[in-house]
Amino acid sequence: MIPAPFEYARPTTVDEALQAIAEGGEDVKVLAGGQSLIPVMRLRLAAPETVVDLGRVTELRGVREEDDAIVVGAMTTHSDVLADPLIAQYAPLVAEATATVADRQVRHRGTFGGALVHADPAGDLPAVALALDAEFVIAGPQGRRTVPAADFFVDYLTTAVEEGELLVEVRLPKLAGSWGMHYEKFNRVAQAWSIVAVAAAVRREDGHIAEARIGLTNMGPTPLRARAVEQALAGAEATQEAVAAAASHAAEGTDPSSDLNAQADYRQHLVTVLTRRAVSTAAGL
Amino acid sequence: MTRISVRVDGASYDDDVEPRTLLVHYLREQLGKVGTVVGCDTSNCGACTVHLDGEAVKSCTVFAVQADGAEVTTIEGVGQDGLHPVQKAFHEMHGLQCGYCTPGMIMASIDLLGENPDPSDDEVREGIEGNLCRCTGYQNIVRAVRHAAAEMRGDGSGPPTDGHAAPAQVDTAAAPHVVGQA
Repeated sequence: MIPAPFEYARPTTVDEALQAIAEGGEDVKVLAGGQSLIPVMRLRLAAPETVVDLGRVTELRGVREEDDAIVVGAMTTHSDVLADPLIAQYAPLVAEATATVADRQVRHRGTFGGALVHADPAGDLPAVALALDAEFVIAGPQGRRTVPAADFFVDYLTTAVEEGELLVEVRLPKLAGSWGMHYEKFNRVAQAWSIVAVAAAVRREDGHIAEARIGLTNMGPTPLRARAVEQALAGAEATQEAVAAAASHAAEGTDPSSDLNAQADYRQHLVTVLTRRAVSTAAGL
Repeated sequence: MTRISVRVDGASYDDDVEPRTLLVHYLREQLGKVGTVVGCDTSNCGACTVHLDGEAVKSCTVFAVQADGAEVTTIEGVGQDGLHPVQKAFHEMHGLQCGYCTPGMIMASIDLLGENPDPSDDEVREGIEGNLCRCTGYQNIVRAVRHAAAEMRGDGSGPPTDGHAAPAQVDTAAAPHVVGQA
């Protein structure tokens, strides 16, 4: 189907974009790569009055190093993320999860920031950002503010980005020490969304797991941290048995939905299995 | 209406489009580039794949205004001096049945081979996962892509390393009437 008519704005700077959003009327949508927005508009589930296309805002593209973080511009495409040496060095978990997003064509257009702001519970990058304690830089009419990942994902398809605001960039802290990472995704067919997925970053020290950070995809209306597993892993021996025991807590505090792909109780079983696999691989077991 | 300037298959166009016009509809209906087809219209099937500034995209999921200033290549533009090696390989290896998915399959395959000139069977299958063939003709599609890869690397005189030099042989043992008809 063809989308409903809309006014179209194509700013070239963040300031122009904020102005276009402010002047866009009641229902403004920001177009990043369009790989979620355009399908939704074609189905007329969204019929915005104004679309603000960020495609020409070049300052939002690219990855740079800034002290103890790497900073990913919101308009950096998934393909660019996959080819980026800083991501490969400091945030391989991001690259691993990005490689599982949709298909080549979609990864050429879809953006890092767009996927995070869309905040689909089955999307892969939100759980990764949460596991890595990312920080989100949001620009608005009053200036810029920084929101930690724990406060960014508010509800189903809802983030801390308010009306009139724009996600500008995401800061990924460089993890100090020796970390292993793995993204374990379960789906059944090509280019499918995650039924459940687990993002794990694990720091090993002297045969023990010193610290683990675990993000869960599609186990509730927002991505979740598996805090009970993280606590059980802190200081645990780096063995399959210890990891399996810790992973058995992975469903605690989760609230997955039931849909055509899986019932909630199946997802709660699956998450313990995938957490064990993700942590084992991240820990090099 | 918004004015756009696009180069498509080597020719320049200046056109007025509604912002809601999808790139695939602009290509087909305003430029007559009907080699690019609409399959599912939901971003799944990849039949509408074209190259936008050299990268494969699903043209049903791009607005024409987003292509302003860009270079678009469609299936009609890949083989301007005869067939492109990938087109030739799909022909030789019978990488199609009804042919509807073929323009998108070829555009996605060219994109894949630009990044990986010697993909394995698995890498081809993953590389074109965004393209669906409802005749389930994937065996010969994978063979065609690998055959094209060998041609494009310049060692196309011999078969690909796993011996797939010919289209899959159809096993008619379970369908003797087919043999009878032949």
